[in-house]
Amino acid sequence: MGQWISNPRRATTQWLRHGRAALSLCVAITVFLIASVTNLAAQTTSNSTPSSSGEEVVLGLSKDKVAITATFDGSEILVFGAVKREQPIPDTDPLEVIVAISGPSAPVMVRRKEQKLGIWVNTDSVLVDSAPSFYAVATSAPFSDVLTDTEDLRYRVSIGRAIRSVGAGMHIRDAQEFANAVKRIRANEGLYSLRENTVAVDEQTLFRTAIDMPADLTEGAYRTRILLTRGGEVVAQYETTIDVQKVGLERFLYVMSREQPFWYGLMSLAIAIAAGWGASAAFRMLRNG
Amino acid sequence: MQIYLPIAEVSVNAFLLLGLGGMVGILSGMFGVGGGFLMTPLLFFIGIPPAVAVATEANQIVASSFSGVLAHFRRRTVDIKMGLVLQAGGLIGAAIGVLVFNYLKSLGQVDLLVKLCYVVFLGVVGGLMFIESLNALRKSRRAGGNPVPKRRQRGWVHALPLKMRFRTSGLYISVIPPIMVGILVGILAAIMGVGGGFIMVPAMIYILGMPTKVVVGTSLFQIILVTAFTTMLHATTNYTVDIVLAVLLLVGGVIGAQIGTRIGTYLKAEQLRILLALMVLAVCFKLGLDLLLTPSELFTLGVAEGH
Repeated sequence: MGQWISNPRRATTQWLRHGRAALSLCVAITVFLIASVTNLAAQTTSNSTPSSSGEEVVLGLSKDKVAITATFDGSEILVFGAVKREQPIPDTDPLEVIVAISGPSAPVMVRRKEQKLGIWVNTDSVLVDSAPSFYAVATSAPFSDVLTDTEDLRYRVSIGRAIRSVGAGMHIRDAQEFANAVKRIRANEGLYSLRENTVAVDEQTLFRTAIDMPADLTEGAYRTRILLTRGGEVVAQYETTIDVQKVGLERFLYVMSREQPFWYGLMSLAIAIAAGWGASAAFRMLRNG
Repeated sequence: MQIYLPIAEVSVNAFLLLGLGGMVGILSGMFGVGGGFLMTPLLFFIGIPPAVAVATEANQIVASSFSGVLAHFRRRTVDIKMGLVLQAGGLIGAAIGVLVFNYLKSLGQVDLLVKLCYVVFLGVVGGLMFIESLNALRKSRRAGGNPVPKRRQRGWVHALPLKMRFRTSGLYISVIPPIMVGILVGILAAIMGVGGGFIMVPAMIYILGMPTKVVVGTSLFQIILVTAFTTMLHATTNYTVDIVLAVLLLVGGVIGAQIGTRIGTYLKAEQLRILLALMVLAVCFKLGLDLLLTPSELFTLGVAEGH
């Protein structure tokens, strides 16, 4: 998909800086997108659910792969697209757009500290069944305006709903506190975010937003959803994935440490000894020579 | 320059790591200690996961001790036989340590264990060192450098069976105390991510009665194999050795150590020891305070494993 924009990063900043001027570019891309929509669906694993209202999402991403290199310092993904429709724009509530990107989910062990004999010790623990490693929701208006609670329950869009916690043992009464802790801690680390009013929608047809991802990403397929809503009800849904992967040396070391831990350990020792010895030998030569 | 650490899975500034390595290197050069006991807590403070910090630090200690032990081999100040006996104990200790570490990790108590170990050992060693060097400083001032009468300890250590002759140290003692010392240091190496020199050196002098000139070389020799073994255990059971992190710390550390050695020659031994003792106590105090004060976040997240 990157072929449309040769330099995504530069394009992104330009886009944000001259939002208005970029609109014409956006239109051009949209035309191209609509023309190649059948092609697109065949190429990617994405899928679009057309609704009874006859509106459908056509999407572009500035990149559908994030490569974690040695100097990886976070990434910004530009999500843009258009609404394809056969009929004129419905006369009801205005169109709102939600973009949700979710990292791979995994169970999380949440522990709570308590003061015992003067020191703070982990005591109660609750296993939260599934929580995404990263979760960002961008909306075109305040969250409560773009999605009703019932629809949120059905589509699991809000951060709280993206975390699944079946329940704790009988001895813990405030299990919700533990799920809230996941939300709070990850939000503080910049991993979870709700970005209201950050999706720009033009003429109920074109939309765009930029989502920045922190440096501390985990690998995996990042599920990217676009929901179109009217009056809080979802009218169309589109889904695709962004692959986040370590590449090059990072990938080599990571895979080796998991698949050949013995050789990885030996290699680490050898490299470290060579580096330490080399550095001190070089320093000695420098001082004597 | 930000660098993404492949195993720790965090992005940190490469110069910060080089700087930390350099700073701890200067201190270790000045005081002749490994510096693991300072580096591991510092790595906690900059956000490296404790398990990765401990395992990587073990790897780094192997490398930083390596060039040191070569110098001691050249000067023939390594008691190889004693080193091997200590190592035998050290390997057993390291294995026990990693088992305990992994067990407590599954219970979610590993951070507490590591920090408690630090508080206790740093407190005891720092306190003793402070008192002892303060006394030495006062004595040398008053008497103008009176030679302290040297006493050879002849206690319970010499009553144990399984005696062995250690030529380099000029000792004929039972192998049980060295093995016990080895086990203790091995456990500490695995749990705290330290070489254990700060325990080993006093133990060799006061419990085993080894001559001071072979103590440092022998303890370095012993530390290398034990920490190498610890590194392998962590690498194969926890996958927490981060080679990129280790190399960055190491390069800074080696350069820092050379600078530190030069600074060290300008200061008196007693003054150096007091400084070191104060630093050890400061780290101990900070870690202890963290355990006692109400944390700002009561909850912690961990990886759920084995479910």
